Amino acid sequence: MTQAIKVNKEENRKILTGNHAAAHAFRQAKVEVVSAYPITPQSPVVEKISDFIAKGKLNARFVRVESEHSALAVCCAASATGSRVGTATSAHGLELMYEMLPWASGNRLPIIINLATRALGAPWSVWTDHQDFITVRDVGWIQLFCENNQEIYDTNLQAFKIAEDPRVFLPTIVGYDGYILSHTMMPVILEDQKEIDNFLPPINHHINLSDISKVKGVDPVTTPHIVKRKEGTAPGYYEYRYSLQKALESSIDVVKQAHDEFAEEFGRSYGNGIYKTYLTKDADSVIFAMGSIASQARNALETLRNSGLNIGLVSLRLFRPFPAEDLRNLMAQFKNIIVFDRDIGYGYEGVLSYELKSALYGLNNPPFIKGFIVGLGGRDVSDDQIIEGVEKGLDYAEKGEFSNKTEFIGLKLDELDFLNRGEK
Amino acid sequence: MTNSKKDYQKILGSIQTPVEGEAGETGTWSSLKPIIDLDKCIPVKSGKYVCFNCWLYCPEGVISRTIPPEVDNRYCKGCGICMEECPVQAITMKEVKIK
Amino acid sequence: MDLREEEFIYPGTRACAGCGMALIYRMALKALGPKTIGTVPASCLTVLHGMQGFCSTKISVLHTPFATTGAAASGILGSLEAKGLDDEICVLAFAGDGGTTDIGIQALSGAVERGTNFVYACYDNEAYMNTGVQRSGSTPLGAYSTTTPGGKTTHKKDMPKIMEAHGIPYVATANAAYPLDLYEKFQKARKIKGPKYIHILAPCPPGWGFDPKDTIKIGRLANETGFWPLYEVVDGIFYLSKKSKKLLNRENRKPIQDYLGSQKRFRDLGENIIKAYNEYIDNLWKNIEKRIEE
Repeated sequence: MTQAIKVNKEENRKILTGNHAAAHAFRQAKVEVVSAYPITPQSPVVEKISDFIAKGKLNARFVRVESEHSALAVCCAASATGSRVGTATSAHGLELMYEMLPWASGNRLPIIINLATRALGAPWSVWTDHQDFITVRDVGWIQLFCENNQEIYDTNLQAFKIAEDPRVFLPTIVGYDGYILSHTMMPVILEDQKEIDNFLPPINHHINLSDISKVKGVDPVTTPHIVKRKEGTAPGYYEYRYSLQKALESSIDVVKQAHDEFAEEFGRSYGNGIYKTYLTKDADSVIFAMGSIASQARNALETLRNSGLNIGLVSLRLFRPFPAEDLRNLMAQFKNIIVFDRDIGYGYEGVLSYELKSALYGLNNPPFIKGFIVGLGGRDVSDDQIIEGVEKGLDYAEKGEFSNKTEFIGLKLDELDFLNRGEK
Repeated sequence: MTNSKKDYQKILGSIQTPVEGEAGETGTWSSLKPIIDLDKCIPVKSGKYVCFNCWLYCPEGVISRTIPPEVDNRYCKGCGICMEECPVQAITMKEVKIK
Repeated sequence: MDLREEEFIYPGTRACAGCGMALIYRMALKALGPKTIGTVPASCLTVLHGMQGFCSTKISVLHTPFATTGAAASGILGSLEAKGLDDEICVLAFAGDGGTTDIGIQALSGAVERGTNFVYACYDNEAYMNTGVQRSGSTPLGAYSTTTPGGKTTHKKDMPKIMEAHGIPYVATANAAYPLDLYEKFQKARKIKGPKYIHILAPCPPGWGFDPKDTIKIGRLANETGFWPLYEVVDGIFYLSKKSKKLLNRENRKPIQDYLGSQKRFRDLGENIIKAYNEYIDNLWKNIEKRIEE
């Protein structure tokens, strides 16, 4: 790397919150239509975008809607009219968008949502966990998760490239922990506009209502059957959903490609774009986690390693499509996997835990997998909790005690007086 | 590259192109069709482009604004609005054999 | 009057015989012309537009979930603005009464409050006809529906008035039975910048229970009895439309029974309902009188 470029990059280094990193990415991606509704902890994303527009730094239309349901409806319509669009939300906002989520993917609209994660009510919480992110796993969106503010910026730029790739045409959620990243300042390198324009050319959409010479209806009632007329044939609903699923499955390669291209252009990479490994080379056990939990695990690994354990970390970056094949190839070499979920597939167990189990099904000598629940509703996750989980998990592994029952780490039931009163 | 597109890359959003008779030949919905008595029809009698209530009120747009007005029986659903709205009662609804 | 010859709907649609909505839509598209992008929520209009692959209309239309019509229009417009096409292309939202007065009211209110430059048309067939005649907020007093088997106990929501309260530049009522009036109102709306709202009564033969040939006749009775007055509110100023003017004089209004009695949905109406209707209509016209004097 030449000295000149280095100096240049230093100049572009800013101290930004995760939310503002996302907003800068939107600005440099030259998003054309933004529509959003305020919700904590996402709001600073769209405040910053408003500011960019007001100051003439971003030439975009900001449709200030009366609900998140409308926000995503605006995004869908604007995308179907051929524009590059995006929004940001959290928790209840994402839940209110729910109806429009499969609508966007079903119409193959490359919309980007920045999701500053937050726990779902009831009861009210504004603090992070991954329940909102996890809950929309079955609606046909690509879902990426970030561990730091630079990654938020970089992933947003990659997300537009992935979503708008003609092999993909799928909406994408970029997730990051509310407050932990959304409101925390970190150094972020903002790349030169010219280089970004080079990396991310203008959208070439498969659908564009504004081209009124090509008259068409979009998203009509679509029957279970193929429609045949003398004018042509049209797919049934089943074919559209097949196509959506196959596009998702094959988007894994596009995610990798976009990541690699970005890494080559800008010199920053995130594992293989799918997952990031840390201290796994000599490891016989690994921690499997996402976002803030993976970050915390990085910290805890020092202590764990010092205690003599050969343990590493696999931090998942691409959650949907679930990269089962990549994970099988990677995980086959480990004896034990301790999974930490900041979410629950309520009624079953932590979602990362059971999805990993299903991904590794059929391996010869599969790793022992034990999942733990941590940090719901923003409960602090300390090194101690990670260490506790690892020790417990390895103990179960040694004893061969397998269980799908959830175990919560960091619960403080013993501090609740009223629980103990009756017993004494 | 574009020729090597996979099937699923060619089936994107569900879209429509306009066609006549999207619901088929809707004339089959009813055998009652308007018969226009040209001796009474105002545009025919006057030779002027006046009246055309039948054309104006037809929900399906199957009556032409011509002298004489013509009904497209392939698509006329036989509602009878034209009969009701003809100011000189030139239209009657009659059983017509549909092909 | 110079009515556009060109049709924008191909014949052979899925609309029922004698459909009031079909006539309304035909006239509206004629008035707005080919440079129009429409958006349509779940409704009978979805049905008219046709199924996958092929449609009956020549303008571009985005189908959108029930609650989102106003937002979808904003999205189309946002994109058109970004492309500099918003002056050239008219954005038309077209929804039923359920999609407007009930599930779509929030998105519509938001869209007009932010000054979206579009035409919003509500064709009002006074119930959820597409799903099998369930009552909506726009179903009139006493009307039978599958969810009000004993007749609805409240009057319909005054949606045009709600829209007027948003302070938008153009609000109008119309009626399938007066296609020229309707045509003019859409033409006028297209020329005005900002949110335009047109609420059109759409007689529905199967839902209201009358012979398809009587769609226009029944629509006309809604006006002539004073039940559905035709008017415009342009920049806050009220104008009674020509076809409703003579109804200012109470003597000229036909008895409400003429209208109600023509439809099966109003069978077995009690005296008290008729009385309530007469009071409702009297009040309606008293208010109109007041507004004209202003």
